[in-house]
Amino acid sequence: MTNYLDFEKPLAEIEGKASELRALARENEEMDVEAEASALDQKAAKLLTDLYVNLTPWRKCQVARHADRPHCQDYINALFTEFTPLAGDRNFADDHAVMGGLARFDDKPVVVIGHEKGNDTKSRIERNFGMARPEGYRKAIRLMDLADRFGLPIISLVDTPGAYPGKGAEERGQSEAIARSTEKCLQVKVPVISVIIGEGGSGGAVAFATANRVAMLEHSVYSVISPEGCASILWKDAEKMREAAEALRLTAQDLRELGVCDSIIEEPLGGAHRARDVAMQAVGGTLRTFLSELTPQSGDELVSNRRKKYLAIGSTGLAA
Amino acid sequence: MNWISNYVRPKINSLFSRREVPENLWTKCDNCGQMLFHRELSNNLNVCTNCNHHMPITPRDRFTALFDGGIFTEVAVPRPIDDPLKFRDQKKYPDRLKAAQKQTGEQEAMLVAEGEMGRTPIVAAAQDFSFMAGSMGMYVGNAIIAAAERAVELKRPLILFSAAGGARMQEGILSLMQMPRTTVAVQMLKEAGLPYIVVLTHPTTGGVTASYAMLGDVHIAEPNALICFAGPRVIEQTIRETLPEGFQRAEYLLDHGMLDRVTSRTEMRDELITITRMLMQQPPPVIADLPAPAEIESGAEVADLDPPSEPEKA
Repeated sequence: MTNYLDFEKPLAEIEGKASELRALARENEEMDVEAEASALDQKAAKLLTDLYVNLTPWRKCQVARHADRPHCQDYINALFTEFTPLAGDRNFADDHAVMGGLARFDDKPVVVIGHEKGNDTKSRIERNFGMARPEGYRKAIRLMDLADRFGLPIISLVDTPGAYPGKGAEERGQSEAIARSTEKCLQVKVPVISVIIGEGGSGGAVAFATANRVAMLEHSVYSVISPEGCASILWKDAEKMREAAEALRLTAQDLRELGVCDSIIEEPLGGAHRARDVAMQAVGGTLRTFLSELTPQSGDELVSNRRKKYLAIGSTGLAA
Repeated sequence: MNWISNYVRPKINSLFSRREVPENLWTKCDNCGQMLFHRELSNNLNVCTNCNHHMPITPRDRFTALFDGGIFTEVAVPRPIDDPLKFRDQKKYPDRLKAAQKQTGEQEAMLVAEGEMGRTPIVAAAQDFSFMAGSMGMYVGNAIIAAAERAVELKRPLILFSAAGGARMQEGILSLMQMPRTTVAVQMLKEAGLPYIVVLTHPTTGGVTASYAMLGDVHIAEPNALICFAGPRVIEQTIRETLPEGFQRAEYLLDHGMLDRVTSRTEMRDELITITRMLMQQPPPVIADLPAPAEIESGAEVADLDPPSEPEKA
């Protein structure tokens, strides 16, 4: 069962009709519906192309948050072997919103870290909807230290609405944990590669996405604040999220122009969830390219190039 | 309403100069409601003489009180490109900026200066909450980088006074990128072996807390300052319960291990002198070692005509 977004309703109707027809035909062998059904398929395909060719920023946010979109766990299963999760911040707890550990990518050992949102009610609650607490960032810091000590590249998969705004998280130093995680990303003498696979929500994303190379999926977003949050502050009306999404310039395409994103990974038509394997293999291809560019660099070069990259961000704006 | 109150009274009022009754002669304390004589309040660094409530202070006034004889030199900050996203909400971003510049008389939300504090050479940076809520955009990022570079060049400690509602939304992702950028600035100081002291003032929130404000060698906060990542309202909406008294205030953070000290603004200068001199391996300060050095650096700015603030008498 496909989950449709609100703007995909017309598509849902057509695709629904086509599958109803086929179901009828299966029950009733004399009926020949194939001509009609494939006409509907064609109509659906055309509509899908039309819908996705110029996705508005707000619609991109919706696609980036799509329930069926591949998440961190899916990418790890598809692209890595021997994944060995490592848990805990050695301080307080293990945060299930952040997963990470040792794994092999193309047989080479790496450390992989990412936000996991979960894929059903139970796992979403367990994963806290991908909103990390300080323990999650401190676990990541520990894993990055491990990678640094043993010369393993760090790959982070970013997909979070933001860091968790809760009482305990604040008391245990959410800000400090995020700041230290960003600092660690800038310190390690190994390649750091980050892919925004869904939502890059503010500081909670920066803590993992400060990297030598940052790639974004075609319909992923990365922003200082959610469109809803921005709308309620600047427009005093959370319903103005479409305007806010437009103004914030949070799409992969805009961020590429601003130099925040180094590469855009094309998604299958209709979003990564419509052909998950295709999308995940495309991410694998980008990781391969980045690793081959970065592994020849020395530790000091990696650190200094990473810093230079961030110091240079902001020297160009967007064309009007 | 009649013609006397509508017409005659305004006419009569306009005959008398307003300057005879200057405004701002008295300020009401936001906390205890005490009427405070303006000069007395500013001499006490905008701290209520009745209840010790810390009211906002501009970076310029803060520096005047911080540096010996109120003398400091501004460190130039590279101006970022204007309105990189062509951002527009209900107002255009450049219009909001202009309004803030007009209202505060400052260029942007951070002031960087060098000078001496208790004869201890320092670089200081202070965030201006009255300028678009002190929000961290590209200018603030550039200011912190400029401050760190200057401190490294002169081999001086950097003291940073934070105050911000968070990142500047009108600069979108580029404001968020100030988190890693300012972290690079802090790393420059640490690698040069120079102290980086953060004074967290009311309020310090969001991306500012989650980057340079929480990476200091020493964290000192002003009493009752709100310091947090997510604000109390956001948290209440998320967890749907009321938060404890004093939640996310300086004293609460001190209790939870996030700060080294909570220090009143009126004692802050002495404390900063003590700490920086120890970290810089300098001898203890001599009480009444002031007034300021005789030479005034060229381009130095005497920001206040008041007599220099004396050190606390023993």
